[in-house]
Amino acid sequence: MAFIPHTPADVEAMLATIGVSSIEQLFDEIPANLRVKSLNGVPVGLNEMQVGRLMSERARADGRPLCFIGAGAYEHHIPSAVWAITTRGEFYSAYTPYQAEASQGTLQLIYEYQSMIASLTGMDVSNASLYDGASAVAEASLMAVRANRKSKSLRVLVPRTVNPIYRRVAVATAGNQGVRFEEVAFSPESGLTSLDALKKYEGEDITAVVVQQPNFFGQLEDVDAITDWAHSHGIFVIAVVNPTSLALLRPPGEWGTQGKGADIVVGDGQPLGVPLSSGGPYFGFMTTRTEYVRQMPGRIVGRTVDLNGRPGFTLTLQAREQHIRRAKATSNICTNQGLLVTAATIYMSLMGSTGLERTAAASHARAKDLVAALTAVKGVRRAFAGPFFHETVLLFDRPVAPILTSLASRGILGGLDLSDSFPELGYALLVCATETKSLSDINSYVTALGDAMQSAVRAA
Amino acid sequence: MSNVPPDLQYTKTHEWVRRLPDGTVEIGITDHAQHALGDLVFVEVPDTDKTVKVGDPAAVVESVKAASDVYSPVAGVVTQGNPGLAAEPEAVNNDPYGKGWLMRLRPAQGAATAELMSAAEYQKLLQTEAA
Repeated sequence: MAFIPHTPADVEAMLATIGVSSIEQLFDEIPANLRVKSLNGVPVGLNEMQVGRLMSERARADGRPLCFIGAGAYEHHIPSAVWAITTRGEFYSAYTPYQAEASQGTLQLIYEYQSMIASLTGMDVSNASLYDGASAVAEASLMAVRANRKSKSLRVLVPRTVNPIYRRVAVATAGNQGVRFEEVAFSPESGLTSLDALKKYEGEDITAVVVQQPNFFGQLEDVDAITDWAHSHGIFVIAVVNPTSLALLRPPGEWGTQGKGADIVVGDGQPLGVPLSSGGPYFGFMTTRTEYVRQMPGRIVGRTVDLNGRPGFTLTLQAREQHIRRAKATSNICTNQGLLVTAATIYMSLMGSTGLERTAAASHARAKDLVAALTAVKGVRRAFAGPFFHETVLLFDRPVAPILTSLASRGILGGLDLSDSFPELGYALLVCATETKSLSDINSYVTALGDAMQSAVRAA
Repeated sequence: MSNVPPDLQYTKTHEWVRRLPDGTVEIGITDHAQHALGDLVFVEVPDTDKTVKVGDPAAVVESVKAASDVYSPVAGVVTQGNPGLAAEPEAVNNDPYGKGWLMRLRPAQGAATAELMSAAEYQKLLQTEAA
């Protein structure tokens, strides 16, 4: 059965009406050399039974390893109620509904989500979400270019302590729209963005600086100093934050000593009730101050009253979006990550501020336990001395890859090998523990690591 | 019937131009334009000292249903964007030729201007567009 509602006669009638001879002709403006004639590598369709079998085989191949990898996606306990409620028919949609105002329940949920995220980040307004943390950084850079009217340069400083995947996505997305991303070095002792490296840009026209807190290494940046420095030079501050950490850390809206805070706040919302799921889908969040709301991409739900004065919810500020403003739109994003935002909203409601605080505190405590236990193993030490949230970098006296392979054979994912993205660190491993790891999990890791180091010595 | 004051000049894209005694020009959108847009909720005016060419989008007027660019009919340097519109965008609806002005420009030396119309010519354009 075909699911395409147009019959060949319908298609012909429509083409005749607009005076075009074939559907192909509608794509004429795409240069021939950019067009793909066939999709190579896409296999023939499978039926539901075959797909079910394939997917459960692949899921079995993953097994249920003990995961100590963070690096942007974090395993937290998700109360069963979260997805039981999220997958109810009333909520089960990936997008903002098309006939938005007919779906008051969905709009109210997004409104509650926006309120909670704005409060968590200490900012005035939130959009209805973006695709993920990486695309949110790209959108924030484009937004800073629009909103920072004092700057004409389109230059955005991105410290190397920002997640390398986010940096790559930002360059791929906004780089083609004229934004120039410039890497800023970090101090090898502290693993923090070097203020001296930033100060080299004084006197130049810089649009924005991106600050990740905790940074990619898990370390806590001196966000007050960076924010003050940026604002005293007319530079926008784009904060990239982990939502769980905000239960303990000062929100970006309060960064700096000049009472101004970050200008745009983004991050990945995955830690709020979204499972790791082999890398996605997740969702990105974005908040800002009221004065920049018209430059913010994406959907925004507002609360209003109807003709009879009854409260209701509506999509607002749509005049800046692509379905109305065409090429002049704020961005090409006209939707949000509806289902994952639903899960996050329910997660935050169930956890409450106390629950989120306890999750963050327990994750921090477990990460400290993990680091203490692992650095007791001979040949393993911390890369950076300062405080961290729930992950940090360990340095080894030998290559990390064979050790990780050995750990994996015992069902342990030992962390992220940093040798590709940060070769300057040497044999470096990014490790993470959240509240999901028990002391006996940590002991299993330490035992397996001890064995792996032993056999590595024997092999050498 | 739209209000078209006789002492101003007009463009095809529904901006008006007023020549001020100090040699600068004041620019806004016509009564017809504000009526077509509907209730304005936001107006973005250019920064002082911004250089604009004829036909450059210099301001943005946003109503609940659309956001439109306002094109500069004159080349020059912005001396002021109307500071009152941030708090009171509806001034463009209520008083398009007075409190609702958008920006003032100092025309460049021998400045190019768009083809400007007299009030009578603009009236005729509106009648043609309506027909």
